[in-house]
Amino acid sequence: MTKTITDVICPFCGTLCDDVEVIVSDDGKKLLEVNNACVIGTEKFLHSQAKDRVTRPRMHQEDGSWKEVSYDEAVEYTAQMLAKARKPLMYGWSSTNCEAQSVGNEIAELSRACCDNTAAVCHGTTLIALQDEGLPSCTLGEVKNRADRVIFWGCNPAHAHPRHMSRYSIFPRGFFTGKGQMSRKLIVVDPRTTDTAKMADIHLQVEQGRDYELLNALRVALRGEWLPDEVAGISAEKIREAADILKSGRFGIIFFGMGVTQSISKNHNIDEAIALTKDLNEHTKFSIMPMRGHYNVTGSGEVFAWQFGFPYAVDLTRGFARYNPGDTSSIDLLTRGEIDAMFTIGSDPGAHFPISAVKPIANLPSVCIDPHLTPTSGVSKLHVPVAFNGVETGGNCYRMDNVPIDCRKVVEPPEGMLTDEQFLTKVRDRLKELKGVA
Amino acid sequence: MTKTITLNLISGRSIQQGVAIEGGKEKADYRTAAGIIELDRADLKELGIWINTNVRVTSAYGSVIVKAIETTQGPHPGVAFIPMGPWANSIVNPNTYSTGMPTFKGTPVTVEVAANEPVLLGIELVQKLCGVKSA
Repeated sequence: MTKTITDVICPFCGTLCDDVEVIVSDDGKKLLEVNNACVIGTEKFLHSQAKDRVTRPRMHQEDGSWKEVSYDEAVEYTAQMLAKARKPLMYGWSSTNCEAQSVGNEIAELSRACCDNTAAVCHGTTLIALQDEGLPSCTLGEVKNRADRVIFWGCNPAHAHPRHMSRYSIFPRGFFTGKGQMSRKLIVVDPRTTDTAKMADIHLQVEQGRDYELLNALRVALRGEWLPDEVAGISAEKIREAADILKSGRFGIIFFGMGVTQSISKNHNIDEAIALTKDLNEHTKFSIMPMRGHYNVTGSGEVFAWQFGFPYAVDLTRGFARYNPGDTSSIDLLTRGEIDAMFTIGSDPGAHFPISAVKPIANLPSVCIDPHLTPTSGVSKLHVPVAFNGVETGGNCYRMDNVPIDCRKVVEPPEGMLTDEQFLTKVRDRLKELKGVA
Repeated sequence: MTKTITLNLISGRSIQQGVAIEGGKEKADYRTAAGIIELDRADLKELGIWINTNVRVTSAYGSVIVKAIETTQGPHPGVAFIPMGPWANSIVNPNTYSTGMPTFKGTPVTVEVAANEPVLLGIELVQKLCGVKSA
């Protein structure tokens, strides 16, 4: 006999789908089937069952081989590394739960570390912009029930948030959007004709890196002022058509992604997008929301902000929290060679940082806490595999609209494996002993 | 004389890349999903190559071998796309301009044929660039 667990939360992207069904064996040890999740989420659940999975910590040897060690030895190495370091970097946090993040923050305080999450390569510039401008936002439920004008700016949910459109933004029939997709006008802004753009009523194929100009031109068009014939590769006529569609709606939403946060101008692109949202509120109701990537990157920002006052790029080396992106942010710290120990959890800087920021990690005392084998584990001195959060352990996570949702445990981890929180708690307790504050 | 073309490189998520990272970054599927460069048909023509030819992509920040394929999300002549991952990150502009965020989109690159050079696996590529021994 098998058991079906309903209302499972998918721990892949910031959409945090909460309607997944998982079928497990009678003894709860094997995960057999996943329903309702997207292809990426399904793969995430199923990969926890991989036969070749690493289940014990491993130390990288001089000759390139790995030596299996116990969790206690791994705790000792990690605690000693953090106790000795003058400026350790504790990076990641986005693929773990808020409880583990909070224990991690205790460790960071004890070891006077720099702390950062994957917003560093994702929506970090959004966080800067929202500190400058504020963010008139809403929840995804409001989008589902109200939004009749939807913009995807520099994001491609068909690939990155596969169920976002079917659950919230385009297809569902909501309270005031009873005809589903027919009730909504979709505008996509992207330099490529992405699979999302192919569904759009209007695709503005902006010249790459010129989003700021186009956002500004839309504001000009809303005010009915003069526009040049073409802005950022888009004709004035098309910009005015898009502006008319936006202001004629009853409730609109701008979703934006890496196309604006990672292109040149960065946080100023978001400043302008927020200003456009404010301008649109002269005509109708409009909101704006970042398309957060990792399923709990939002939660990491919340926990950092709650405990340290800042959502990412926090530097505790002076004994109090400082925040200065460009100075205290991971990639800058690494490329300037300021870090003397690297602690990675729930993320993969080895794959997702520019290589010039990865090279220093290979020469430092380093720990990578991750259930997967990754480029980061491949260049770290110690790899600590842990239970999959959201599959083999529960815990609190924040959806992209800042709604907290408790993840569910659906299957037992392989025997003897620790969760992130259990491992971090052991590291914290050992570090307290080493620092003499136990 | 090998032909070289200059393009504007962007990187980002693709659903195949998303599946591959969850399926295991040590596997060949990850290379198939992200060790590629998506080129517009016009740019492939200008370079004068068949699809599935290995190419060397070079920027001011590095160089990497990837497989050239025709984009399914085009047309976007002049723009090249490498899914996010170690291959793209070998050549992207790492400057953050005081924001903390590297410039992952909008790196000028040149593309040239390198038919006989291999595309490395993800972990292998990073270990090689970092000078780390692998067993």
